[in-house]
Amino acid sequence: MTATALAAAATLVPFGAAVVGMLFGRRLPFGAAPIAVLGTAAATVLAILVAVDVAGASSSVWESSTQLTPTGMVPITLGVRVDSLSATVAVMVTVVALAVQVYSVGYLRGDQRYSSYAALISLFTAAMLTVVLANDLLVIYVGWEIMGICSYFLIGHYWEDPPTSAAAVKSFLMTRFGDVGFLFGIFVLGMAAGSFRLTDVLTAVPAMDPGTVLAGTLLLTAGIVGKSAQFPLHSWLPDAMAGPSPVSALIHAATMVASGAYVVARLYPAFEAAPATLNVIAVLAVISMLGSALAALATDDLKRVLAYSTISQLSVMFAALAVGGRTQAVGHLLSHAAFKALLFLCAGAVIHAVGSNLMADMGGLARAMPVTFVTMTVGFAALAGVPPTSGFFTKDAVVAAAFGSAAATAGLVAAGVLLTSLLTAAYATRAWLRTFFGAQPAGARPADGTAHEAAHEAVHEAPWIMLGPLVVLAVPALLLGFGALRLHELRPELGPAVLSVALAALGALAAYVGWRRDPAHEPATALGRLRPVFASAFGTDDLYERTVAAAVMRLARGVVGVDDQVVGRAVTGTGQGARRLGGVLRLTQNGNPQFYVTGVLAGVLLITVGVALLS
Amino acid sequence: MHVAYPVVLAALLFSVGVYGVLARRNAILVLMSVELMLNAVNLNLVTFDAYLHDALHGGQALTLFVIVIAAAEVGLGLAIVLLVFRNRQTIAVDALRELAEPEPAGVDR
Amino acid sequence: MTAVEIVFVLLGVVALGAAVLVVTTRQLVHAALWLVVSFGALAACYLLLTAEFVAWVQVLIYVGAIVVLLLFGIMLTRAPIGRSDDLDSGNRVAALVVAAGTAATLVTVLVRAFRTAYVDLGGDPAGSATAIGASLFRVWVLPFELLSMLLLAALVGAIVLSRTDIGER
Repeated sequence: MTATALAAAATLVPFGAAVVGMLFGRRLPFGAAPIAVLGTAAATVLAILVAVDVAGASSSVWESSTQLTPTGMVPITLGVRVDSLSATVAVMVTVVALAVQVYSVGYLRGDQRYSSYAALISLFTAAMLTVVLANDLLVIYVGWEIMGICSYFLIGHYWEDPPTSAAAVKSFLMTRFGDVGFLFGIFVLGMAAGSFRLTDVLTAVPAMDPGTVLAGTLLLTAGIVGKSAQFPLHSWLPDAMAGPSPVSALIHAATMVASGAYVVARLYPAFEAAPATLNVIAVLAVISMLGSALAALATDDLKRVLAYSTISQLSVMFAALAVGGRTQAVGHLLSHAAFKALLFLCAGAVIHAVGSNLMADMGGLARAMPVTFVTMTVGFAALAGVPPTSGFFTKDAVVAAAFGSAAATAGLVAAGVLLTSLLTAAYATRAWLRTFFGAQPAGARPADGTAHEAAHEAVHEAPWIMLGPLVVLAVPALLLGFGALRLHELRPELGPAVLSVALAALGALAAYVGWRRDPAHEPATALGRLRPVFASAFGTDDLYERTVAAAVMRLARGVVGVDDQVVGRAVTGTGQGARRLGGVLRLTQNGNPQFYVTGVLAGVLLITVGVALLS
Repeated sequence: MHVAYPVVLAALLFSVGVYGVLARRNAILVLMSVELMLNAVNLNLVTFDAYLHDALHGGQALTLFVIVIAAAEVGLGLAIVLLVFRNRQTIAVDALRELAEPEPAGVDR
Repeated sequence: MTAVEIVFVLLGVVALGAAVLVVTTRQLVHAALWLVVSFGALAACYLLLTAEFVAWVQVLIYVGAIVVLLLFGIMLTRAPIGRSDDLDSGNRVAALVVAAGTAATLVTVLVRAFRTAYVDLGGDPAGSATAIGASLFRVWVLPFELLSMLLLAALVGAIVLSRTDIGER
């Protein structure tokens, strides 16, 4: 089969698995798990076949598409675009999705909503593959939105808990808010190019008016900022950790949040033609990466640390894109997917075992959970950029790109990435030490109110169905860097490499010293009064609540008031008016028969006179 | 004789009867006014019978019939008036207001 | 104007005046008596129009029976004897307007229609008892019989309505 047919199949198989799982999952005797796992496995195989085809062929781009029925305006095409970028990312998506599906079988054992959960994960996989493989901007937008709604459903998996459903709504609203800009950006570029097909748009970019390109890319940036949780639309991601850990691993680490960076890479010629947009992206990225790194350093919830870390690493990708490092950004995207998904799945295992999200309740788990300990160590090492993990290669490539770039923001980006790598190493070390070393806290484990985290009597290792995916993901986290050496952009350069490793070591050392010194083994107490400020992400959430949310609520109350007083009153007023009119007419029905006869005779008289006069 | 005289007299008598029906409060007075109206009609009938030299004497025959019916009507009418008097102790026509349409109860918002 | 017309006008004035008094007097029994005067004048008018049988029947039935019935009704309903002020209802003004309108309309129409019509009162007396009787029992016999049924029904109805020993139904 041709590569494009395989790619189309890879997108449709998870969709079919989602439909079957949603409709029949509960009724099957063996449950919904086989459908989901097999569907995702089939998609993985197909994606690998496509990648093999691309790698072995000389021509780089295959495309096949059909035009949808003419709408009378710019045509929309339904089709697939296969090139090295999309094939690689497709493999990443399917592999991570498969690992998550297998892990979920163990993590959500006994959960009564498992079949819809698995179907939604399959649907999400199909939507992400649409974004990756489609060749039409509007079809990409369709996949984008389906991802958003799947994210909402999956975050709200335990929707009986009010904070969880609130977190789901918050994530949906904030990303949707950005998606409005995204859609308008697509319209601007599509109308200017006369078609929504990617190749047409990209070939038309040089001929477009610079203002149009700038407007289109800035609008696209709004959506990307929302979906990838960059400043200022970042505060939904830490709250989205209320969902199950596998969901966090798939959606909020590896795939959906990375799709923003992917779209920029896809439309890179358009972004390069609008340098102002890239500068805006660079500034937002630097702010995000530093702010979220500080927040990760201060917060005690393990999953929130990883969430802020995700924001920070995504900013690194965007920073790379802003200084011209497209390949470096995509490389970091792939390695981040591997180690961040690994970290989240490991965190899920730890939380499952300990019964609490807070690192204050963890400690000394290295002996009790050896496999988790080893794999999570690999993940943290890749996050901190320890050689020879994949994280080291890709982050170093980004630093090198910033050093070698001629963009206006190159210096800012370089400084930001270096400072972030110091902070990253610090918080990664802190999390690693607090989770696995030190004394296991005695005493009752706090009931954290979340019904799903089962408290075990003694901490023990997770079952093998959960450990298998951890091991599988640890392999690329460790070794992907070597595979990337094929590409010259990703080969390490001496200067930047030494600098970033030195800074990382410095950060790790600072965290270790703080851990040793503090009696409660909390390095972040050294931050003192700044700690709550950092942990709340500098109060941005509070600011949004006081300004945007309060204004919208006031407007909503006003609308309700108008509906009640004006519209409702118009309706009841009509009734009352009819009543009053009836009351007026009732005056003639006074029951006096003489009155009635008078009326009748007067009427007869009038008619007679009228007839006599008019004829 | 000019036809106008009896005919105009009949019209005027009829109008006086109309006034009486509409303006008098006592039910028996209303009945008397009705008799006046019927008499006006009778006069008309007789006049035209004479004017047209009706071979069948239709006008006068009809006049007789009207008189008979008027008698029957007054008899029954008075029986009804007596019943009303027995039940209400009054025969003022504007005190009998059962045909009125009252304000409906339970007017909601 | 001929003599007949003059007499007719005089009788008409009497009839009309008595009728007006019927509907305006403040004494109930006087109204019944003025009604008698009006009926009598009308009977005389019938005589002038050569309808003598009708005239006698008018006196017999109207004056003799109907007014007596009305007087009985006045007595049985404890009507006030002497002057009473509440014999006119509140509808007076509207009644006056309607009555005036009726009068105006009817008189106008009739005068304009019969401006040149004259009754020929000579010839055979068309209203004699012989003629009317023959006509009644030949041409109008069916309505005549039906009227007797009607009277029977009215009789029975009046009795049933005014019996006090029949309970509520």
